[in-house]
Amino acid sequence: MKILTGNDLGSGAVTWWTGNDWSIHVEDAADVGEHGESILAAEEGARRVNAPYIIDAVATPEGPRPAHIKDRVRALGPTVRPDLTLKPADPTAGEWVI
Amino acid sequence: MYKYDNYDQAIVDARVEEFRDQVKRRLAGDMTEDQFKPLRLMNGLYLQLHAYMLRVAVPYGTLDSRQMHVLAHIARKYDRGYGHFTTRQNIQYNWIKLEECADLLTELAAVEMHAIQTSGNCIRNISSDQYAGAAADEVVDPRPWAELLRQWSTFHPEFSYLPRKFKIAVIASPEDRAAMRLHDIGIELVKQDGVLGGRVFVGGGMGRTPMIAPEINPFVRAEDLLSYIEACLRVYNRYGRRDNIYKARIKILVHEIGADEYRRQVVEEFAHVKTLGIDPPLAEFDRISAFFAPPAFDINASDEIDRNDPDFAVWLDQNVKPHKQPGYAIVNISLKPVGGIPGDASADQIDVMADLAKDYSFDELRVTHAQNIVLPHVAKRDLYTVWQKLNDAELANANLDLISDIIACPGLDYCSLANARSIPVAQKIATRFADMDRQRDLGELKLKISGCINACGHHHAGHIGILGVDRKGVENYQLTFGGSGAEDVSIGKIIGPGFDEDGVVDAVEKATEVYKTLREGDERFIDTYRRVGLEPFKEAIYG
Amino acid sequence: MVEFRYRNDEAFEQPSVTLDAFLDQSNATAVRLEPDDDARALLPFLDRLTLIEVAFPKFRDGRGYSSARILREAGYTGELRAQGDVLVDQIAFMRRCGFDSFAPEGSLNPADVEAAFTRYDHAYQGAADAAVPVWKLRHG
Repeated sequence: MKILTGNDLGSGAVTWWTGNDWSIHVEDAADVGEHGESILAAEEGARRVNAPYIIDAVATPEGPRPAHIKDRVRALGPTVRPDLTLKPADPTAGEWVI
Repeated sequence: MYKYDNYDQAIVDARVEEFRDQVKRRLAGDMTEDQFKPLRLMNGLYLQLHAYMLRVAVPYGTLDSRQMHVLAHIARKYDRGYGHFTTRQNIQYNWIKLEECADLLTELAAVEMHAIQTSGNCIRNISSDQYAGAAADEVVDPRPWAELLRQWSTFHPEFSYLPRKFKIAVIASPEDRAAMRLHDIGIELVKQDGVLGGRVFVGGGMGRTPMIAPEINPFVRAEDLLSYIEACLRVYNRYGRRDNIYKARIKILVHEIGADEYRRQVVEEFAHVKTLGIDPPLAEFDRISAFFAPPAFDINASDEIDRNDPDFAVWLDQNVKPHKQPGYAIVNISLKPVGGIPGDASADQIDVMADLAKDYSFDELRVTHAQNIVLPHVAKRDLYTVWQKLNDAELANANLDLISDIIACPGLDYCSLANARSIPVAQKIATRFADMDRQRDLGELKLKISGCINACGHHHAGHIGILGVDRKGVENYQLTFGGSGAEDVSIGKIIGPGFDEDGVVDAVEKATEVYKTLREGDERFIDTYRRVGLEPFKEAIYG
Repeated sequence: MVEFRYRNDEAFEQPSVTLDAFLDQSNATAVRLEPDDDARALLPFLDRLTLIEVAFPKFRDGRGYSSARILREAGYTGELRAQGDVLVDQIAFMRRCGFDSFAPEGSLNPADVEAAFTRYDHAYQGAADAAVPVWKLRHG
C-alpha cells in the first residue's frame, strides 16, 4: 500500500494522511493508491503539511507498517528514548521499528 | 570571555527579527518550503525525523554560567528537557516548533547567543581548543582570533552562498585537540622569532571523501591573517565545484588543482585583497584579547590533592588535566555514561554544570569536539567537592579518551540523512566495556561512530571508526581502523565486510584482544595498529 | 526588466552582450557575466563600460557576489546589475558586494526590499558598499 507522511508546518510533528486529515498515529494512515501526488500538492499548498512524501507500507492487523526503517523510526520516535516515543508505556515498541 | 558591545547586540537582535519575519512569511504561505529551507538552515533550523531541530552556536566552545543556564531553560521550555552537544562545539535541540523558534532566539540573544550560520553553505561556527587559556602547551590563547574570525564571517556578504559549508578551526598548541587538519581551514597559531602568525592548512574534511588539509602557508603574519583567509575563501567561492554537491567542498578543489596551484592562486588573490584594508587594527585585536585575559588565579593555591577516595582518584587520573597555572587543573566532564546517549545532557545536568562553573571555574565552561564539557580553571583544592557534585548529577563518568568515551552522531534515531542508528551501537559498546579496570587497561582508544557517509560522528578520525550503512533496508556497520583527529592526524581504513549491530560490537572486542596481545610497552591501540598493520586484526575478526 | 535601481544616472536599456562577444572586439558598452565567467577579464575595459549585468541563474550559486566585488574593487563605477534568481533575502548581501540595480525574475515586494536594506544598521566587515565596518566604528 501507499501512504502519505510529512511534518506539521508549525510544530514539526510527524503526521500521516488519514484520507481526510493528518494524524500523528501511523495506524490511522490510509492507502492512497494512485492519488498520492495530487493529495500532496493540495495539502502542501494549503499548508496543512510540510515536506510531504509518498511511501510504501505493508498492511498489518495493527495498521500500516512503513516499508523503510527511517519511516518506522519517524512513526514511533527515537528508539533510544522510549520515554519520548508515542508508546512510552510499551517497552517492546522499539522492536516494531527493527 | 568575550562580551557583546552595542554593535554585536544590535546585529544579533536584528537577526532575530529578520528570522521572525521569515518564519511569519513561511507560516502565512508567502514562501514555499524550497524558498524557506535555505533561510532556516542559515539560522541553524533543520527539519529532522521527528521535528525541527535547532543548532545553537557556541562560538569556539566557550560559555559562561548565565548562558549555560539559559540553554537549560530552553531545553525545558521549548524542547523536551535535554540538549545534545555536538562535535562542532555547538548544542542541538531536537523537538523545536517553528512557531516558537523566534521567541527562543530572543531568549538566546538576551545572553549573547544565536544560531547564526550554524548551517547552510556559509562559514560555520569557528571552533577551537577546549583547553584554550588553560593549556600548558599553548603559544597564545587562540580565542581572540576565533572571535575576530567570528565577527568577520558573520553575514559576510560575499561568502554566504559558497559552493558548500565551510568550517574553520583555530588552535595554538602543538597538541591538536580540535581536529584542526580535518577542517576546511585549520589555523595553528605559532610564533616565529617572537612574532605571532598562523600556519594555515586548507582543504581538510571528513564526509564521503576524507582529506587531511595540506599546509598552504607555513606562516601568515597575524596582521595579515584575515586578508589571507578572505583570499582563501574568494578563490574557493569562484572556483569550487558547483556541479556536484558531493564534490563541492574546498577539499575537492584543493585536491583537484593541487595544493601548489591553490597556493599560487591564493598568493595572487592575497596581494590584491591586502590592499583593501580588511584586517582590523591592533587596537581591535587588543580590545578583544582583553576579554580573554587570565582570570584572577589564587597564586598561593596548593598543588596538593587528597586521593583517599578511590573512585575520586580514578576520575582524577582520567578526567583531570594539567593547567598552566600552579594549583589549578582542567576538569573534563564526560557526557558518556555507560548506556547513555553520547553528548546528551538533561536540563538539570546543564544547570549543575553551570553552577559548578560559577562556583569553581571562574564562570567558564567549554564544549569539546568529543561532545564533552570542560571546566577549564578549577583550583585543585576544590576538585574533590566538584567531583562529589558531578557524581550526584551522574556526571562523574571517569572515561575520558577511553573506549566508552565515544563520539556518535544522532544517527537514524533523529537524523533525516542517516542510514543507520549510531547511538544504540555506542550504548552496546560502552556496556560491553563497562568494567572500568578493563577500559583503563586498554588506555586511550578513540572510538567514533557515524550513521551515514557524511561522517558527523568523525568515524574517519577514530582509532576505531564505525560507519552505519543501509544494506537493502537493514542497518549494517563497517569498521575502520587507524584514524586520528589529533596532531598525529590520519584517516582510518575499512577493514573488510560490514557487520550487524551485535557483530560490530563483537568485532571491536576482538580488536581490543589483539591489541592486548601485541602491544609493546605503553603503546596505545593506534600505535600498535600502526606498527603491526591490519592483518592480525583482520585475522582475529574474520579468520 | 530592472525593478530596483539605486543610481542617479539614466538607466541603460540596450541589450548586453556576452563576455566572449565583448572580448571579441565588440564596441558594446554593456556586458553580461555568467557565473563561470572571469570578471577580471573585464578589468582593462572598465572605463568604457556603462552596464555590467551579472547573472544569477540559481540563487544558491554565489559566484556573482565575488564577480561584483572584484569589479568594484578595480574601480568600476558604472551600473552593476544582479539579474535572475534574485530573492529578497539575498538582496542586501548583493548590495554590499556592489550591485546597484536588480532585475529579479520573480516579483519582489518593494516594502520587503526596503526592509532588507535597512534591517541591519551595522556590518562587521568591509565590502564594496559604503558601510563602515564595526571595528572601524569602535576605534574611530
